[in-house]
Amino acid sequence: MNHDKRHDLSQYALRLEGDNVPMVRFQNVTKKYGSLVVLDGLNLDVAEGEMVTIIGPSGSGKTTVLRMLMTLETIDSGVIYVDGEPLTHMEKNGRLVRANAAHLRLIRSKIGMCFQHFNLFPHMTALGNCVEGPMQVLGLSKQKAEERALELLDLVGMADKRDQHPSRLSGGQQQRVAIARALAMRPKVMLFDEVTSALDPEVISEVTSVIRGLVEQHNLTMLMVTHQIGFAREISDRICLFFDGKIEEQGSPEMLLNDPQNERTQQFLSAVLEAN
Amino acid sequence: MLDWKMDFTWEILPRLLLAAGNTVLAAGGGYAVAVVLGLVFALAQRTRSRTLTFIVRELVEFIRSTPLLLQIFFIFYVGPQFGLRLSPWAAGLIAIGLHYAAYLSEVYRGGIENVPKGQWEAAKAINLSTVATYRRIIIPQALPPALAGMGNYLVGIFKDTPMLSVIGVAELMHTANSIGAENFRYLEPYTIVGLIFLAISLPTAWLIRRFETALRRKMGLTK
Amino acid sequence: MPYLDFLMTYSSRFIDGTLITLGQFGLAALVAIVAALVSGLMKMAPSKTVRAVAIIYIEIFRGTSLLVQLYWFYFVLPLFGFTLEKFTVGFLTVGLCYGAYGAELVRGAIQSVPRGQWEAALALNMSPAKRMQRIILPQALVAILPPWGNLMIEILKGTALVALISVTDLMFETRQVNNNTYLSAQAFGTALIIYYIFARFMVTPVMRWLERVMARKIGRT
Repeated sequence: MNHDKRHDLSQYALRLEGDNVPMVRFQNVTKKYGSLVVLDGLNLDVAEGEMVTIIGPSGSGKTTVLRMLMTLETIDSGVIYVDGEPLTHMEKNGRLVRANAAHLRLIRSKIGMCFQHFNLFPHMTALGNCVEGPMQVLGLSKQKAEERALELLDLVGMADKRDQHPSRLSGGQQQRVAIARALAMRPKVMLFDEVTSALDPEVISEVTSVIRGLVEQHNLTMLMVTHQIGFAREISDRICLFFDGKIEEQGSPEMLLNDPQNERTQQFLSAVLEAN
Repeated sequence: MLDWKMDFTWEILPRLLLAAGNTVLAAGGGYAVAVVLGLVFALAQRTRSRTLTFIVRELVEFIRSTPLLLQIFFIFYVGPQFGLRLSPWAAGLIAIGLHYAAYLSEVYRGGIENVPKGQWEAAKAINLSTVATYRRIIIPQALPPALAGMGNYLVGIFKDTPMLSVIGVAELMHTANSIGAENFRYLEPYTIVGLIFLAISLPTAWLIRRFETALRRKMGLTK
Repeated sequence: MPYLDFLMTYSSRFIDGTLITLGQFGLAALVAIVAALVSGLMKMAPSKTVRAVAIIYIEIFRGTSLLVQLYWFYFVLPLFGFTLEKFTVGFLTVGLCYGAYGAELVRGAIQSVPRGQWEAALALNMSPAKRMQRIILPQALVAILPPWGNLMIEILKGTALVALISVTDLMFETRQVNNNTYLSAQAFGTALIIYYIFARFMVTPVMRWLERVMARKIGRT
């Protein structure tokens, strides 16, 4: 076990306090697969209600950021805070230690995620998918859970398909149900991991308009990884360009996309715009 | 209650080890028959004759759906009624051979069907005879993936040899029964037999798994 | 004696035997399902001890012959103080033996459920138990049915061995008829046909029907 400075947990706060506590904070987060460094000392704050889009070439670590926040991956060093509380670590005897399963479950409830391949439960209907979490995890009654689910399915425009199984739905429809399913858990932070990358071009707008609606009408904090630069420009508060496990450049859409400062940012953007 | 007699163990061990040799022989012999006969069954289902394919197919299904023990009895007792005086060994080998030939024919069929159609067409394009096509092109490619399944059935045959005890073949189970009946002690003979089976089948199964992984790795490279 | 007369004379024997065989088959199948599920799940548990116990059970029952196991449980187990009715020894041993094979099928089926399902359940903050029970196992069930169908046939064939510890099943009765009449072809032939009918025209169709029902539940038509 490394005893260098990075693994010294005493440098990290037990809790974030103050006036402008970020909803999400990555502090010095590093992730390695063997000798491959995927994320290299990442520092990233996301304010409450902020919409941050992460772009970058594949292998730059952008999906890993989301997956670590959803506790689908462990981190090697650093601390992630959610809503002021540490996620990856917990307090014990006044010090920070690695979080146990119970603590993870506690903090994880604040985060929701939508996946590139939807991952709807095939043996349940659209409605079934959306009541599963509220009933099994939040303990809602069937009636309450269905009320909430129907409201959300209506929000994403899938109310009439509530009794259909995922195999009967198009990709765009499935992804919308997946969004409703995640929202049914009332998370404070929503993660979107390349949610349009697996869709046929003509149904992408179905999903992007739902996300646009969420940004406009709700105070959800959102992190999105996407290749849809145009959409990102339209709805993001901030865009981060990842490269080699670090943030190469970040800023408002106008700043980053119209006037990139770094060479690698310029290269990436011109390559992406070429492709479109 | 539990009273293991060590000297009794040493006394019966040589006899049991000898019987273990018989068991291995019976398994090996039966397997040899099955390997060859299974190929015959598999190829017979690929001929142009629809009648032959149907008959062999039904035969294979019948053999796979009925207990080996019953087939052993059938061949041993009914054989003579068709003029075949069969020794227990012969009847046993035929029964095991037939039974596992049916299983192996399915393994072969799967292997052959997995050879890409293009191989058959290429062979035809250079005017290879059917026999040569099978021998030099198809079977060499069908075999590697089939070997894992074949290995599993080898272990299976070995574990089925005790059934031959019921028609008097002097393998492990039969010998253990005799020892038990002669001495009124079953604890040591049966336990030792169990241990001998474990001692042979576990390493064999482990070797087959290693072989399968190595093969899969090799196939992965060549794919 | 012509076959029809033979059948009429000894039908009651065959029917009695068949009923016992069916009982053995049904109970052994139940034991096998439970054993396979429990040991298959244990083999994937995080705890090394739990995994070891499962592996020992699986390797012992897969590494030894069913017949040896039957004899051992019938003759040797009483020496340890556990004396069981031979009918019970029969289906218990057959069930435990094939349950060990089933454990591998359980493991394979669970691992065939796409990774995304595990992740989606985690994203909804489901507990591992709920996730297994409500999301993974229902989907694994569809994957396991085809190979389990083959295992069911093996269980049916395996029950024939209980005749050798004197359980009066179809195999046993057939041997009796053969010993009394020496009409081996008729006796053993009839038994072969009965087993075949059960395997090919009852077990297999039922398993295929189950496969279709489960596929429909998953939404695959």
